[in-house]
Amino acid sequence: MTGRTIAEKIIGKSAGYPEAREGQILEASPDLVMSHENTFLVNKSFSELGKERPWDPEKIVIVLDHRTPANTTQTATVHSKIRGIVKDFGISKFFDAGEGICHQLLVEKRLARPGQLILGTDSHTITAGAIGAFATGIGATEMAGVWATGRVWLKVPRSIMINMFGTMPKGVFAKDISLYLAGIMGPSGAEYKCMEFTGELIPSMSISGRMVLCNMCMEMGAEGAVMPCDDVTRAWYQGHTDSEFATFSSDENARYDNWIDIEVDGLTPMVSGPHKVEAVKSVEKMEGIVIDQAFIGTCTNGRLEDLEAAAMILKGQKVSPNCRLIVAPASRDILTEAADRGYVQSILKAGGTILPPGCGPCLGSHGGVLGPKEVCISSGNRNFPGRMGSDIAEIYLASPATVAASAIVGRITDPRNVML
Amino acid sequence: MNVNGRIWLFGDDVNTDLIIPGRYLDNYDPSHLAAHAMEGANKEFASKVSPGDIVIAGRNFGCGSSREQAVTALKQSGVSAVIARSFARIFYRNAINLGLYVLECDDADSVFSDGETAMLDIDAHTMCSDDGSRRVNLTEIPNHAKKIIDSGGLIPHLKSQIGKRDH
Repeated sequence: MTGRTIAEKIIGKSAGYPEAREGQILEASPDLVMSHENTFLVNKSFSELGKERPWDPEKIVIVLDHRTPANTTQTATVHSKIRGIVKDFGISKFFDAGEGICHQLLVEKRLARPGQLILGTDSHTITAGAIGAFATGIGATEMAGVWATGRVWLKVPRSIMINMFGTMPKGVFAKDISLYLAGIMGPSGAEYKCMEFTGELIPSMSISGRMVLCNMCMEMGAEGAVMPCDDVTRAWYQGHTDSEFATFSSDENARYDNWIDIEVDGLTPMVSGPHKVEAVKSVEKMEGIVIDQAFIGTCTNGRLEDLEAAAMILKGQKVSPNCRLIVAPASRDILTEAADRGYVQSILKAGGTILPPGCGPCLGSHGGVLGPKEVCISSGNRNFPGRMGSDIAEIYLASPATVAASAIVGRITDPRNVML
Repeated sequence: MNVNGRIWLFGDDVNTDLIIPGRYLDNYDPSHLAAHAMEGANKEFASKVSPGDIVIAGRNFGCGSSREQAVTALKQSGVSAVIARSFARIFYRNAINLGLYVLECDDADSVFSDGETAMLDIDAHTMCSDDGSRRVNLTEIPNHAKKIIDSGGLIPHLKSQIGKRDH
């Protein structure tokens, strides 16, 4: 008999139907649910249902990150309403403005665990697949239904296997693999599917790198993205939790719609854009494009090793006078550690601006918004027109190292030329 | 349900940043969202769209962010249905949950033109040009989803379920 994939196993477990197979529609009980500022919308719909409180406040995580600190009076009103909801329902897993980006906090605070079914009212919830969970995005109204019933219907997805092997060349990072993959898959290549990762590269890849890969699968249309649970994953939880967690792995004879081999030895730093994530080219073909802004941050690439890569390039250098460098760490802990290690000093002395932890510029909500015809190179995940402000601005996506190198030169630059 | 409406034609991969840009999302008022609907894809849409109008698109409509305001903006604009070759998963679920008809069709975007009016029959899942010369079949909405849309969305649907259980 055909074996089963991680996606089938985790959704099956959560639906009380271990025999689950791709294509089946099942009602499942999530282990953890997360919302950000759109908690306001979740609660608006929830309050119409006449329930006194959500089914299980202990399973709810709320993070204020999209517009923090509040950018407008309207947002401030929403934030204060959400603080009231948190208090009324006794939600203990609440992270106020300045703590960080929701997808980072789920993993960093060890709220997300291997084997869990996780739902979030944000598309990049998929990021938590990095620790071996099945995590996926839903809308706010659907989350209101989950708050009321503790259940959600899910179609068990088919899976695509991504097999990564080889040795990472200098100047090439997880982001470059994910952009390369986005170029192959296109924006809907993984529509309704789970992208599963395997291969000899994974044991040497940090949780951070795994988060980058899972995060970017959203831009290929995936329903879920999942990494195997290995020694790196177990070490991540060591000393942080006493409770056991179930781990799942795919059977050797599980069925995949597609199997993609990526030999990383031949990869180069990649740049995507403008306007389409799948418009990916090797950095050499994009070099020289003049930029007005360089942005390092987001749920994709605002972690410690990203700031480290940038700081190594920026140390002792100056950002081009024709370009602004903006850095938004993905969480308070990351910012604190980056300050302790001197990365913040390197960025500031080079002429960069540090924003508080949060999403801000990535979705054009505030801080680093782009004007008409401005060009930005970003370590984020989307370069759609209007994403970071003006709809006639241009956004290119790249790794933090490529963004930092470009900031110094004021043009898109191959990080291998400036790395020591 | 039958609707006669103007067709607004779009291409592939219309993302939620084009449907409702992130910079407008600090205001949750549906009419504010409708005033900027499709701004990134067609600047005339918000001011010219009328109740009953039909959006037709290519593949992967609604990709990108999970913001359900993308559905709210279209619904509040009066859009009666979105017909596309395929939908991004979260947009599709949001549309069902907010009571907007979403139907798949492989050829509507090649058979109909932007600006013409057509008759959409949701229950028969067909769409027909005004002169009756062109007709396309739409993929039937799955039963459990259609029930939710017919109720006006997930919240009215759940309310009716909770009501039934209490009896």
